[in-house]
Amino acid sequence: MPQLIGIPTEIFAGEKRVATVPDAVGKLIKLGFAVAVQSGAGNAASISDDAYRAAGATIVADAPALWSGADIIFKVRAPTLDEVQLLREGGTLVSFIWPAQNPELLQALAARKATVLAMDSVPRISRAQKCDALSSMANIGGYRAVIEAAHEFGRFFTGQITAAGKVPPAKVFVIGAGVAGLAAIGAASGLGAIVRANDTRAEVADQIRSLGGEFVPVDYVEEGSGGGGYAKVMSEGFQKAQRETFAKQAREVDIIITTALIPGRPAPKLITAEMVQSMKPGSVIVDMAAEQGGNCELTEPGKVVVRHGVIIIGYSDLPSRLPTQSSTLYATNLFRLSEELCKAKDGQFNVNMDDEVIRGTTVVREGTITWPPPTPKLSAAPAGAAAKAAVVAPAPAKKGHGHGGGGEPMSAGATTLLFGAAAVLFAAVGLYAPAAFLGHFTVFVLACFVGYMVVWNVTPSLHTPLMSVTNAISSIIIIGALVQIAPPAVAALGATRPDVVIRWLAVVGIALTAVNMFGGFAVTRRMLSMFRK
Amino acid sequence: MSGSLTSVAYIGATILFILSLGGLSNPETSRRGNLYGMIGMAIAVIATILGPRVGAGGIAWIAGSLAVGGAIGIYLARTVQMTQMPELVAFMHSLVGLVAVVVGYASYIDPTAAAGMSPAEENIHHVEVYLGVLIGAVTLSGSVIAFGKLSGRIGGKPLLLPARHWLNLTLLLVVILMGYLFLAAPTIDGGMMPLAVMTALALLFGVHMVMAIGGADMPVVVSMLNSYSGWAAAATGFMLSNDLLIVTGALVGSSGAILSYIMCRAMNRNFFSVIAGGFGGGDAAPKKPGDASQPAGEVVAVSAQETAELMKEAASIVIVPGYGMAVAQAQHTVYEITKYLREKGKTVRFAIHPVAGRMPGHMNVLLAEAKVPYDIVLEMDEINADFPETALTMVIGANDIVNPSAQDDPSSPIAGMPVLEVWKSGTTIVMKRSMASGYAGVDNPLFYKENNRMLFGDAKKMLDEVLVALKA
Repeated sequence: MPQLIGIPTEIFAGEKRVATVPDAVGKLIKLGFAVAVQSGAGNAASISDDAYRAAGATIVADAPALWSGADIIFKVRAPTLDEVQLLREGGTLVSFIWPAQNPELLQALAARKATVLAMDSVPRISRAQKCDALSSMANIGGYRAVIEAAHEFGRFFTGQITAAGKVPPAKVFVIGAGVAGLAAIGAASGLGAIVRANDTRAEVADQIRSLGGEFVPVDYVEEGSGGGGYAKVMSEGFQKAQRETFAKQAREVDIIITTALIPGRPAPKLITAEMVQSMKPGSVIVDMAAEQGGNCELTEPGKVVVRHGVIIIGYSDLPSRLPTQSSTLYATNLFRLSEELCKAKDGQFNVNMDDEVIRGTTVVREGTITWPPPTPKLSAAPAGAAAKAAVVAPAPAKKGHGHGGGGEPMSAGATTLLFGAAAVLFAAVGLYAPAAFLGHFTVFVLACFVGYMVVWNVTPSLHTPLMSVTNAISSIIIIGALVQIAPPAVAALGATRPDVVIRWLAVVGIALTAVNMFGGFAVTRRMLSMFRK
Repeated sequence: MSGSLTSVAYIGATILFILSLGGLSNPETSRRGNLYGMIGMAIAVIATILGPRVGAGGIAWIAGSLAVGGAIGIYLARTVQMTQMPELVAFMHSLVGLVAVVVGYASYIDPTAAAGMSPAEENIHHVEVYLGVLIGAVTLSGSVIAFGKLSGRIGGKPLLLPARHWLNLTLLLVVILMGYLFLAAPTIDGGMMPLAVMTALALLFGVHMVMAIGGADMPVVVSMLNSYSGWAAAATGFMLSNDLLIVTGALVGSSGAILSYIMCRAMNRNFFSVIAGGFGGGDAAPKKPGDASQPAGEVVAVSAQETAELMKEAASIVIVPGYGMAVAQAQHTVYEITKYLREKGKTVRFAIHPVAGRMPGHMNVLLAEAKVPYDIVLEMDEINADFPETALTMVIGANDIVNPSAQDDPSSPIAGMPVLEVWKSGTTIVMKRSMASGYAGVDNPLFYKENNRMLFGDAKKMLDEVLVALKA
């Protein structure tokens, strides 16, 4: 009996998203689930009941029927306490929960003996990226923040020279270069604005540049990476230097977009009333941290206000303002999580608490509150975290091992062994070999070292020419044949030397090496002439 | 020309050879490096011919054989296809091996070579002859087999005889025994027999060794044979008491040894396990289908048209060529596409894995032939960090070198092998003929990743279609 996934209509005022889209419905059915959608759930996101029906979902007329009929509920917003009462006893809920902010909700869900997976608690490790709804929503939010700013802003973003005069490009300053900040940087530079950005984590500078932004550093040395790709609280000295930097930017730029959040704390107040006052009239501030109290002192959550001639946008529902896009991405996140939960593809959720991702996401399990999860063993390393937090993060710069360096140092044991063996060999040579041989042996050993040093410097792209040129050079063996063909000493020794045989052997040798010599150098030349910039 | 003058000329030649290898550190200086090599070789040959050890009667013979051999060599160099470079190199190694054998025999039957030596010196001379012929014969037969495998005349699958390690050990013991008999032989005729037996065994050993090695391990084998040909020259140098030969042989030998080492490290394999043959030293149990580590997800195939669309959308593109590109001779089309995309203002770069292809640097030469500028052709360490910022990565006929399980799956046979981290880029497109697994026989989870697309078909044909679609 496959489990039934129910998708209710979001009842939060102004919420336009829906927890699944027809595309994802099809994929969920492939996993073995049945899907029921409340009538009209997708209307605000421009998805009709018929589209869901065509994808294989059943349409349920009202919320109580849907909630009571479904084994699993997919939602966007955290449920209200009333909605919790609709949840079937022992049912499963997958949704945003914000367990830290909503302890009563957690209690209420536990009382229903529910199993609850919180999309905001997906561990920020690379394996779970595909389920990470926070990132996908932040990405949309960042984009929308720029669109909202452009909507309120009275000028072009891009600079233009028109018949009617010159238009300077808008200057945008983005504070915080996480997923949302980076999306905002990309969107604003895409519109043609001059984008500057700041983040307390120095490692994101390259990511900012890669999206066309300019990194504005705070002139104070302190590393700001906290765990899991977030920033941490900074010292007093840093904050002072930071305020000076922001005050300077506020006087220069037209638009400020703030995205600074520290997990589990109110948003840091970064833009003071004086800074707002110093901005040009008609400037726009988009405060993406409005819901957590705002990065700007004058922000009013959920509203657009004008203070000192500056338009301050405090919307807390930016992703919801792009409902089709955010529903699609959220639905994919949910589908990916379902895949993790249903590895057998039999249409049954298996909440495997040994799985790091599922353990972290699960906040209530069959009525027991399991939040907060134990700290993950593998806290994403700084660079790994950056990769998580950003759409475009450079991997840790790997030390160029080897090529041109001579390889890793050997272990002490191996080195000892090698030196020991060499010592024995050399001692044997020294004891038994005649003097003439030793001279050649010296030359041989030294030449090996010269070859070793020289060849490590060869660039890997020229390895094929290296082989063909060494091959050509090894035709130096021709000398061996040359000195045999007609040594002047023959006369002295008389007829004991089988002259003819040796001569023919030597002639064959010379001809063969000549093939190698001329062919090797010629083909190397041909190859090298092809390498060009 | 006096003996001293010849020696001085040899020193000059030695220096020129070292400069020649040194010049290869950079494409700019490499052409001059090759020139140094030629000059060095010319000096060495002329100094020898005019020196005291070649009588006037030999000049005509020398000139004749040089002319014949040289003509053949230049003809080969002019006509060879760049995709056939590995075969040509293997072929040339076999020549060096053959010459080492020939010179060794000639030196042995030549009484003047050992004239005036003390008994100890004569013994050493004979050891040198024996070693020279041994290394030469292994190089010869090994290179011939490598040539056959590379040119497709012999199948690429490793031939694994039962108890092959014991077979090799027995061969080695017999060779040592023959060496003892050879040294103990009172006359040249008496020594001929063990020498001939050893030569036959060494030839067998060379055949057996290379037959046991599979297609993708060929870069190691080719560079190893390169190294052997150098050691053969060095052994000949000892035999003839000629320092120039010793130095040059040592240079070539260590060069080949380093290349083998680099190739082995690039595959995270131990040199001996490669040489011992078979993959993974003989314990390559085939993975059962439906294993727990079977990659999850779906394989999404795209058409050439869609590939072109993805390329048009991407701002930065990295192309990862593999052996499949060489087989399909697709490098020129790749360049056409690259040129077109670069004209459209996109960043296009190439990522080369050290063991891509069948010999070290194989891909670089092919791309250079197709006129791809070398400054956009990057090696693994240079480009791996850039994949997360790359919108689109095109993998052309490569598999194991882009397999994420080398990093993710400690139980994978290729675990720990350095790979190109293509899966970190926005989208990857893998061009392959089919879903068949690569040389290592390992399934590639990359193909099942969400951001991966597969473009099935012959690389040349599909890329031609992509090019048409791009220009449309």
